[in-house]
Amino acid sequence: MTRQKRSHHRLKRAVAPYLYLSPSLLIIGLLMLLPMVTVIGYSFQNSAVLRRDPSFAGLKHYHAIFADPEFWASLWHTLYFTCMSVIFHMTIGMVFALMLNSDRINPTLRNILRVLYILPWLFTAVIIAVIWRLLLEPNGVVNSVLMQMGIIGSKVEWFSSTATALHAVTFANIWAGYPLFMVSLLAGLQGIPKDFYEAADIDGAKAYQKLIFITIPQLMPIIISISLLDFIWTMQVFPLIWITTGGGPIYSTEVLSTYTYKLAFSSYNLSQASASAVVILLISLGLTLFYIRYQKAR
Amino acid sequence: MMFRIQPAMLKIAAAAWLLGATGAMADTTLEFTQWWEPELPAGSLRAIMNDFEAANPGIKVTLVSGPYATTRDQISVGAATGTLSDVVGLDGAWVNNLNAQNALADMNPMMDASEFDKTQVADIIKVDGKAVMFPVASFVYPVFVNMDLAAQAGVTKLPSTRAEFLEAAKKMTHADTNQYGWVLPLSLQTPSGVQNDLMSWVWASGQSMMADGKPALEGKPVVDMLTFVKSLNDAGVISPGIATKTEQEKVEEFVNDRVGMMIDSLAHVNLIRKRNPKLNFDLIPVPVVENYNGKRGLPYASWGIGISAASKHQEEAWKLVQYLMSEKVNAKLVTLANAFPGNVNAKPDFVTSDKAFAKAFEIFKTGYLANEFTGLPVAEDLMTQFDVEAQKMLAGEQSPEEAAANAQKGWMAKF
Repeated sequence: MTRQKRSHHRLKRAVAPYLYLSPSLLIIGLLMLLPMVTVIGYSFQNSAVLRRDPSFAGLKHYHAIFADPEFWASLWHTLYFTCMSVIFHMTIGMVFALMLNSDRINPTLRNILRVLYILPWLFTAVIIAVIWRLLLEPNGVVNSVLMQMGIIGSKVEWFSSTATALHAVTFANIWAGYPLFMVSLLAGLQGIPKDFYEAADIDGAKAYQKLIFITIPQLMPIIISISLLDFIWTMQVFPLIWITTGGGPIYSTEVLSTYTYKLAFSSYNLSQASASAVVILLISLGLTLFYIRYQKAR
Repeated sequence: MMFRIQPAMLKIAAAAWLLGATGAMADTTLEFTQWWEPELPAGSLRAIMNDFEAANPGIKVTLVSGPYATTRDQISVGAATGTLSDVVGLDGAWVNNLNAQNALADMNPMMDASEFDKTQVADIIKVDGKAVMFPVASFVYPVFVNMDLAAQAGVTKLPSTRAEFLEAAKKMTHADTNQYGWVLPLSLQTPSGVQNDLMSWVWASGQSMMADGKPALEGKPVVDMLTFVKSLNDAGVISPGIATKTEQEKVEEFVNDRVGMMIDSLAHVNLIRKRNPKLNFDLIPVPVVENYNGKRGLPYASWGIGISAASKHQEEAWKLVQYLMSEKVNAKLVTLANAFPGNVNAKPDFVTSDKAFAKAFEIFKTGYLANEFTGLPVAEDLMTQFDVEAQKMLAGEQSPEEAAANAQKGWMAKF
């Protein structure tokens, strides 16, 4: 009886944590795992969603995607868009954070700059897309200013030319995303002990040496964490590109998200769209695992 | 006596209960999914449904309304899962896919059984011989001309042929002041510009982009149209930013006196007037090829209607379709929508009270409705493919013949 009671007690202790976790697990299961597994399932079916009796397709849709040159072009565009965005988000975020953390700038001006610099963060992707469409349209403000300054001789179709469209959407995304880095790095800068800089001053270190040997190493954990997160998020950007260019002109700004969307809602090929979505999932998953391992190592 | 009555009453009660339980005495409730209600004045579609219910005791209608894109997705999923509403609002671009899923009922037997007068409807959309959709309301696409810009440019006679259109567009273009003769929206986000602003030139001249139910994009009509559009582009008369321009931006440019001419939906007349009450504009049919004197095809978008193949109340659903297609009700509905009627005898009020609509109605009556994308498989995808090839041509990467040949290759794969 005593043994029975003890084993019952042990079982209760073992089960209790899972009972506490069960509401969260249920929500995660319903809202995340179930749709994910369903989409993975669709990617192995013919005429998924559109037929009541879809047949098994094996890896057919993955073969079709990997044989499609548009897929590889969109993968390349995604990588360019993401890498450039992350690099510039980090650089601009760092410059602005250093500026806002500097004692050499008047506190009132610093407060004004703080509000101005964070503004892009307050806008939704749709608003950002509309703003940049208006600014960069052939008869827009940017062309007008550049022509008056003599930098360009004729109107540039920023979003409508294959030569400039990808750079233009990347620029708009850089503008929209740097505040995340700026705010995170500013918090990190304010956490660096002043003693380090005082010791460096005593040793006669110059400003750039303090930046390279104190500031950046101290901020490195934040830089790596935010860069990885930014990489994952930027890879999945959809509304900004969809509203500004729709993936055009001539597929020049087609990224994985717009490619998948067109497969699903323009071609109604939901099986191939699911396969494409699974590829995006796998890339994101790889980056997420890398991020988790980095966080654990810290 | 009491003992005699009681069993009889019990029998009646039992029969009534049975009838009730099997639904024989209950009202039939039709579900009607569409995107029209949010686009009509508040409560107006419900009022029409109330009139239908009063005229057809025992039938109730539940409206399932949402924006266009949501309705499209809802109908796609409903067709796949067999849960499509009894009556559905349809866009012609969807019907091929829905028919492939056997989701739409053939209305031919219903028309025959009720001796429905087929001559009263403007069009019956058929796929594989099945009558699957009626256009209830049509939004035609004439050419809007900014009359002030035309007068300033010395365009006294509005263009009737493609050559006249090119000349008028050249005269109206002053690139230095951001003023252009024509506007062409070919954004890949909404590739409907292919249908409304490109293929409309083909249909206007009574030509076709199809032959024997298959694409014929390499044929003379489409190649000539592409050559004509290229000539407009080469002449610099098209407002810049073609590859990312949307229909909404097209209208904005016209409203702001930045383009002289545009092909656009008549549904935008009130919007244009609201945005710029001083804008002096007129409507003309889409110009045709030289020496063409036949009837002009008029591009259109429509609010279509069909019946679910899975509906258990097809008889009642057909009554609702008939009701909406009847002369008086159709006139009432299209008056509310500023559209042209699906019933050829219906005459909406606005055509007598409004000069622009009266003119458009004349164009409508002298031409015929033409939209060859209606009923085609994955119509939007076909437009996207054609859009990309047209963009390449306008960017100087290929000739009109190559654009047509590449589009043909892509389309054939979808057929």
